[in-house]
Amino acid sequence: MINRQKSITENPSVLAIFSVVLGLGFGLSALLLSGYNPLLAIKVMGYNTFGKLRFFLWILIQAVPIIFTGISVAFAYRTGLFNIGAEGQFIIGALVAALVGYYVRLPMIIHPIVVLLCSIIAASIWGGIAGWLKAQFGVHEVISTIMLNWIALYLNNFILNFPQLRRPESEATHKVLFSARIDLFSRLKEEGDWYTFQTNHPQLADVFRAPITIGILLAVLTAIIIWILIEKTNFGYKLKMVGFNKDAALYQGVSVTRSYVSAMLISGALAGIGGACHVLGVTHEVAKLAAMEGNGFDGIAVALIANAHPIGTIFSGILFSALAWGGKSIQRDLGAPTEVVNIVIGIIIFFIAAPGIFKTITQMRYQRKMRRKQ
Amino acid sequence: MNVPQTVVELKSITKYFGEFCANDGIDFTLQKGEVHAILGENGAGKSTLMNILYGLLQPIDGEIYIYGKRVNVLSPRVAIQQGIGMVHQHFMLVKLFTVTENIILGSEITKFGVLKYGQAEQEIEALSRKYGLLVDPTSRIKDISIGIQQRVELLKVLYRGAKILILDEPTAVLTPQEIVELMKAIRGLVESGNSVILITHKLREIMEVANRCTVIRQGKLIDTVDVSSVSEQDLASMMVGHEVVFAPIPRKISKGKERLTIKNIFANDRKGFPMLRGIDLQLHGGEILALAGVEGNGQREFIEVLAGVRPFAKGKIYLEQQEIVNPNPQKMFEFGFGNIPEDRQKEGLVLEFNIAENIVLHSSKSFSKKFFLNQEKMHSVAMKLIKEFSIKPEDSYCKCKHMSGGNQQKVVISRELFAKPKVLIVAHPTRGLDVGATDYVHHCLCDQRDQGVAVLLVSFDLDEIFRLADRVAVIYEGHIIGIRDTEKTTRSEIGLLLAGQKHD
Repeated sequence: MINRQKSITENPSVLAIFSVVLGLGFGLSALLLSGYNPLLAIKVMGYNTFGKLRFFLWILIQAVPIIFTGISVAFAYRTGLFNIGAEGQFIIGALVAALVGYYVRLPMIIHPIVVLLCSIIAASIWGGIAGWLKAQFGVHEVISTIMLNWIALYLNNFILNFPQLRRPESEATHKVLFSARIDLFSRLKEEGDWYTFQTNHPQLADVFRAPITIGILLAVLTAIIIWILIEKTNFGYKLKMVGFNKDAALYQGVSVTRSYVSAMLISGALAGIGGACHVLGVTHEVAKLAAMEGNGFDGIAVALIANAHPIGTIFSGILFSALAWGGKSIQRDLGAPTEVVNIVIGIIIFFIAAPGIFKTITQMRYQRKMRRKQ
Repeated sequence: MNVPQTVVELKSITKYFGEFCANDGIDFTLQKGEVHAILGENGAGKSTLMNILYGLLQPIDGEIYIYGKRVNVLSPRVAIQQGIGMVHQHFMLVKLFTVTENIILGSEITKFGVLKYGQAEQEIEALSRKYGLLVDPTSRIKDISIGIQQRVELLKVLYRGAKILILDEPTAVLTPQEIVELMKAIRGLVESGNSVILITHKLREIMEVANRCTVIRQGKLIDTVDVSSVSEQDLASMMVGHEVVFAPIPRKISKGKERLTIKNIFANDRKGFPMLRGIDLQLHGGEILALAGVEGNGQREFIEVLAGVRPFAKGKIYLEQQEIVNPNPQKMFEFGFGNIPEDRQKEGLVLEFNIAENIVLHSSKSFSKKFFLNQEKMHSVAMKLIKEFSIKPEDSYCKCKHMSGGNQQKVVISRELFAKPKVLIVAHPTRGLDVGATDYVHHCLCDQRDQGVAVLLVSFDLDEIFRLADRVAVIYEGHIIGIRDTEKTTRSEIGLLLAGQKHD
């Protein structure tokens, strides 16, 4: 009994899987309580996740932004910072991508690279502001990044107020040029004879209806690079040192303030790449935002489920995306509320964030046994 | 003496943490009116045993009898009802509350919801007179010394009607004079019919105050002995498991050249309050200079200045006649300062890192090729140091949080000595360490001295100071108020200097 208790609470992947199962269990019970057939829900969600290659591709595509924001939050977390600002950094990255993707004319392949670089610079400055405020004035990063989120949102809307910067009769920017896009068959779909292609190759067209982007590859690559940075390099070692114990780092001559600034620069850049990939691959534009889209906040959840492990965010990001996708499908096919998915995600995070609960439960069971003996 | 009455009996208490056996079938009895010491190295399981008795932990197996009755101590509340009280090493007092408010907290007497403050105050005064634990019930905790705060903790326990008191390392934070007071108080407690369990690893205290002593080693009961029939050496051997010879620290006559010169240093603490007001100190190569002082007299700030983490307003630091301008930790390290900080877990180590990562904490650059850490080199150096300093476990991948205090300290020491320092600043190097580890650390420092390193030992423990140091400087309110040769001074003279009294 002792060993099992240890493995659940101390092995993060076991804990994550256990929490996911519990979360799904709770979600299905919620459906049952509200009068829907949970077995049917499983069937619908299963079909809509794995039933067609296209569905799964959509899930991957929608996972890209939250994997990037997840890596961003996870990276900051490993260096001792809680980056609530991935949302704002994502918005800035997306905005810059949309502008550079339309107004700068460059050949293919080079264009997306330049766009990505510009987004990285802008978003890392956005994150770096929070790091600098913390280093210079001791402003807590949670406060400053929350405020920077709103500033980013309104900056986005402010820029879209200029008629020169948006499409006429719309609330959105111009579509980025084809040379900058990173999704397949984009030109064919928009300007070419997609209809003919569809009739000639129905199966291929069915798959490629989803905007397949190289974003997921970039996300996996980024996760691996960040993992190497944290685990293998001297730079990452020092960032981690500050994250784990800033007093010891100070005594060892590591500049804690510099560490905070560089960590936030990188964290911001990561969220910014997410924004850029989303624009270049999926939306091709940014629009005025009435509210936060939640990519950054979902990133916090993704990072938490992944136990702040960069590679783990790939899987938790896909899981998150699959749940969101499945939630939509049960609403569409069963009329069940899509909020069930939020219950599932909430429960997962609840159990992951509070492994002590398992300990308490086993302890309570033990005490009850003792009492009964008595 | 009449037949001893057994108040507490623990029968074959067993407790596991994961696969680690913290208590393995331990038997223990406490008699009325005795002081029973529990002796063991750090991690031996003595605190675990007492936490089980106090209801903070549940045993896997075993039975607890209090006054001959079987009790399941499921929580501290049950323990308190049974008349057991525990004073923890770290005080649990509300700093802004008065003594009375702290003592009655949780067991307030009220009438129609109104606190009967006057009655409580009278009761506390009566209690404090009865046991000779004199306190002013109206003063606030933040205004009274650590020694008095401990009395408040004792009174708090007594106020709740405890007859069985568990004291967890009560002398760790006290000055020599306060320890004497505490010993008196403990004797007073048992004379009036209470029983005391004293968790400690200070042999001197056991010899002084305890009637019986139970020795625990690696979770196993070694023996329970009458203190009057054993010597300090016997207890030490039982605790460590092999013969401990306190090899005397060899003195060294020849003093080297002046190594470190501190001239008129002024510095403030975190809140801007002036803590150092003109420190002058010379440290020679090949000597151990102890810096003694009651906590809060500026020694912490002084160490921080020498570590390069605290800027100083005025004054100069010279190393071998060369001035160190604007020190920072990296610069001090390059100048040849080694630093064994006061709190190894907070300032000395990154507990989440493994041994190898902790060894390269300030020299990771020389262990990396371009951007990448050379793990192979790190671990081979770590393994070398693990062998050299006999660090347990012998695994450079072991995270420091899983190690005992003594081995953690060895990691810090090995790292600092690996850099071959010219000046070694050592703060409370044996705090919380067991006898074996303490002896090891002492000999390490002695070796450094013999190799010509200038060692500044900041310590609180007069035993340690008199054992190791050639000279002792006493810091009081930010000044050095006296420097003595340890061979020509006495404990009481140092004690008076610590209290700020100067007689010359």
